[in-house]
Amino acid sequence: MALDVTRVKKDFPLLDREVHGRRLVYLDSASSSQKPRAVLDAMDDVYETHYANTHRGVYAIAEEATAAYEGARGKLARFIGAAADRELIFTKNVTEAINLVAHSWARHNLGEGDAILLSEMEHHANLVPWLMLREERGVELRYLPVTDDGHLDVNDLDRLVDGVKLVSITAMSNVLGTLTPVREVADAAHAAGALLLVDAAQYVPHLPTDVAALGCDFLGFTGHKMLGPTGIGCLWGRESLLESMPAFLGGGEMIRDVRLDGWEPTEIPWKFEAGTQPIAEAIGLGAAVDYLEALGMRDVRAHEIALAGYALRTLKERYGDDITIFGPPDPNDRGGVISFTFRDVHPHDISQVLDESGVCVRAGHHCAKPLMRRLGVGATARASLYVYNDEADVDALADALQSVSDLFAR
Amino acid sequence: MPGLEDLYREIILDHYRNPRNRGELTSPPALRVEGFNPLCGDEVVVYLDVDGDRIDDVRINGQGCSISQSSASMMSSAVKGKSLDEARKLIRAFKSLMSIHEQRLDGDGQPVDEPIAPEPGVALGDLEALQGVVKFPVRIKCATLSWNTLAQGLDEAENGAG
Ligand SMILES: Cc1ncc(COP(=O)(O)O)c(C=O)c1O
Repeated sequence: MALDVTRVKKDFPLLDREVHGRRLVYLDSASSSQKPRAVLDAMDDVYETHYANTHRGVYAIAEEATAAYEGARGKLARFIGAAADRELIFTKNVTEAINLVAHSWARHNLGEGDAILLSEMEHHANLVPWLMLREERGVELRYLPVTDDGHLDVNDLDRLVDGVKLVSITAMSNVLGTLTPVREVADAAHAAGALLLVDAAQYVPHLPTDVAALGCDFLGFTGHKMLGPTGIGCLWGRESLLESMPAFLGGGEMIRDVRLDGWEPTEIPWKFEAGTQPIAEAIGLGAAVDYLEALGMRDVRAHEIALAGYALRTLKERYGDDITIFGPPDPNDRGGVISFTFRDVHPHDISQVLDESGVCVRAGHHCAKPLMRRLGVGATARASLYVYNDEADVDALADALQSVSDLFAR
Repeated sequence: MPGLEDLYREIILDHYRNPRNRGELTSPPALRVEGFNPLCGDEVVVYLDVDGDRIDDVRINGQGCSISQSSASMMSSAVKGKSLDEARKLIRAFKSLMSIHEQRLDGDGQPVDEPIAPEPGVALGDLEALQGVVKFPVRIKCATLSWNTLAQGLDEAENGAG
């Protein structure tokens, strides 16, 4: 069933406000999404009725808080098709999830001369941890290229993956919207004896996700881009792998025993959750999953294919050669992330003028500077769509671009 | 609520469309200094031809938004032919216009953060048009990028000479 966006919009209190006397048109969900009432209420409810530290108290509210926190883990694990709840580790965000793999798995398993395969379209979160490891350990980094129309170029995959120990790629580009052939990369990685880590920050919020079908070994995502709060993200890993990995941060909660001359880690997932966790945030993210499941992830995806298609058509029809849209032209190959340049107006100026019409789009390099260099631009403007956007929002963007054109006309 | 007309004044758009002193100088002998705005990826390259105490020539290269480009263009016109000292005063005057703060040690040696004071006797001319940027705090970094790069160039010019 198609999403009833008019109703969905009503669930998001912030979308009710105005800026500069205009209806707020929020087109920056690839950066961070807005939150539905259900998520805000779930977090209030924790603090108002059963807040206590988790895993530490025997009294009733501590048990309730622990049950709610572990319940959220279960929801997230099922949401991505994990085989067991204990495969799901709460992290601060996807950045921490990737760093966890880099510190725990990679520093334990990789050394001088070992190779990691990344791609040219990665977010800095999936580049810098590996560049750091290269400096520290002398690992070799290789990159899958990007084609001119914004696809991941896998023509040379077999050669590039040969001898590699870890492949780490995005499932959907935060700049181009490109969906990448994760399964194909997974099969090639495994054939070469490598593991696959997937940065699913832009994927899990927008498409039905099944880690078994994707065939990956680790998958990271971030709560604030999927209607959840900030400060909470997830790393999923295959159970046997997580079992084999050393702990990441040390402290309370992650131990079985501590003596003055040593310590032993506890079991997964808590082994990787040192210290008091963002309890209300995890529960809020669980509520976001409930909300998305009620909408239905298949319908979310169908809505975004239709709306991205509408946006690509509308912008091209209205502005022709004045607008350059990056990424795959077919909405079935991409998500609702639309990066563009407009005439020769700098994206900063585009974003500033659009703001005057209440339209929020991001401008800049989107934390993907190597990709910007590949595209030959310093910055782009980026409009990104989600469950609460509709054709009227796209029209508002298209209309507001006219003021950009007027102001900067030569 | 500040409006776009406060930001995009006609003279700013003019400098953006027709940037003055755009290009490169052969370096060396000219000094070449790069500045980056890591938030948005804008970059500016300032070339300075310094003869003794005077900025004989200046060129600006790089890419950026209308605010960073027009600010760089106006700056280039303003400092060309000026002494290093005059250029430094101009930088302080411009930063004062942008409400930039600086840290200073007070009488007790405690650091205090205060706005840079205006430079008496320094005329900013066209640059005054950028005053509206102050109402859009995220854009202040755009306006000051070339100035910080120039300041770095002046440091290098003086260290090189000394
Ligand atoms: C593809 C991708 N990876 C990683 C990140 C980093 O997310 P976070 O800042 O929540 O860790 C983002 C979003 O900024 C992203 O789009």
